[in-house]
Amino acid sequence: MNRNPYLRPITSEWIFRHPRYLRYMVREFSCLFIGGWTLLMVWGLKQLAEGPAAWAAFLELLRSPASIVFHLLALAFAIYHSVTWFNLTPKALPLQVGEGFVPDWVIAGAHYAAWVVVSSCVLILGGAL
Amino acid sequence: MRQVELEVLRYHPETDREPHFQRYRVECQEEWVVLDALNHVKETLDPTLSYRWSCHMAVCGSCGMMVNGEPKLACKAFLRDYQGVIRVEPLRHFPVERDLVTVIDDFVAKLARVKPYLIPKDPPPEAGEYRQTPAQLKRYKQFTLCINCMLCYAACPEYGLIPQYLGPAAIALGHRWNRDSRDGGREARGEELAAKEGVWECSFVGACSEVCPEHVDPAGAIQQVKIESTVDWYQEHLMPWLKK
Amino acid sequence: MARSNKPLVWGPFAAGGTLTAFLTPVLVALTLLAALGHPPEVLGYERLSALGHHPLFKFALAGVIGLSLWSAAHRLRITAYDLGVRADALVAAVLYSATLACTGVAVYYLLKL
Repeated sequence: MNRNPYLRPITSEWIFRHPRYLRYMVREFSCLFIGGWTLLMVWGLKQLAEGPAAWAAFLELLRSPASIVFHLLALAFAIYHSVTWFNLTPKALPLQVGEGFVPDWVIAGAHYAAWVVVSSCVLILGGAL
Repeated sequence: MRQVELEVLRYHPETDREPHFQRYRVECQEEWVVLDALNHVKETLDPTLSYRWSCHMAVCGSCGMMVNGEPKLACKAFLRDYQGVIRVEPLRHFPVERDLVTVIDDFVAKLARVKPYLIPKDPPPEAGEYRQTPAQLKRYKQFTLCINCMLCYAACPEYGLIPQYLGPAAIALGHRWNRDSRDGGREARGEELAAKEGVWECSFVGACSEVCPEHVDPAGAIQQVKIESTVDWYQEHLMPWLKK
Repeated sequence: MARSNKPLVWGPFAAGGTLTAFLTPVLVALTLLAALGHPPEVLGYERLSALGHHPLFKFALAGVIGLSLWSAAHRLRITAYDLGVRADALVAAVLYSATLACTGVAVYYLLKL
């Protein structure tokens, strides 16, 4: 028996092998924007604690072109995270009712509905709406 | 009839240092699948081509291979869905034994490790069989459908990066038994499932469920086991006085 | 095979992921409005620092910041491995301790409000 199994090498190009892997990476990269935005808010918290002048400077920083670009990207990635998260939830939390399961779209749909409610409340309470 | 050109990975361990591709041109029927084309090659052009197959109806799980970079059952990959040269390679993430035949020992060993058998919760009934309602059956039925074709292992990038990872099919199989109403082995299976190389290498790419020909949804099974294991862990560490 | 302690880091990741899924987009929208020159009422100094005095608000914000940072850090750890960075233990240590440090900083300033 002349066995000599060949091990094919693994490289990072797996990401580009199929759109689903690229979509996965985009989802994972959302963490940079969500984390980055949160860190920006921690900075804002510091500025808030240091008084009105510091806070005004923070709002000024927010108005910079770099900040606007970052915010647009952060919003897009944050929404992508939400959508992928809600769509995957039914897989992780199946709800059996009798002999059937609650359809995926119902579970995901409930999350989307709650998302709209929460977002609306924040926008209204925040004075943006 | 149509002319089909296949580009097939060849590897003969006795003579080759590494694999190479070989092209075959065959006349195929319109309704054929890749497996038919391979069989035609073997019968008329090159009897040395090696590959696994059996049922030709997507129930035995033997003919898994990469078709144009996607894990497919060769008997379920219709030629009409492909244009141009069709590249056929052995299932990714497994060592190549010969041509399209992979070494599947790792997979088989992992199946055994999850204790894929009934570990009874209660002693068997005095007379007759275990009873199970249709609802109790439905709870785990989906996870019984696995045909061990290993397409999920080929699709899973984590298995490719971390060969010690238990993998989708093995975890789904363990989960199948955990959800069986007759079974009391969840604690015992936790040794493998809740280990580092168990569910915790999964990052929910979801490719496994996408390529599964039987719609087992191993990705779902893995997340369900993650949640159960997490609840177990916190319960054990925060409220150790509670019996499971 | 010993049971992993991964649930210790995965639990907060799952909680943070859920929290950020519901909350982060609308919060980003609020600061985006500010970035575009139309800050919502709540981002006015008087309003926000008044809000910041409430212990409940401080507690809630600490939780939101902590969990958001934690789930981002955990995801970044996984992504690093996916991209070929093999030193997982080191990456984990760096990212999780950075998260705790940044959360600590946030708590410090929250208490100062």
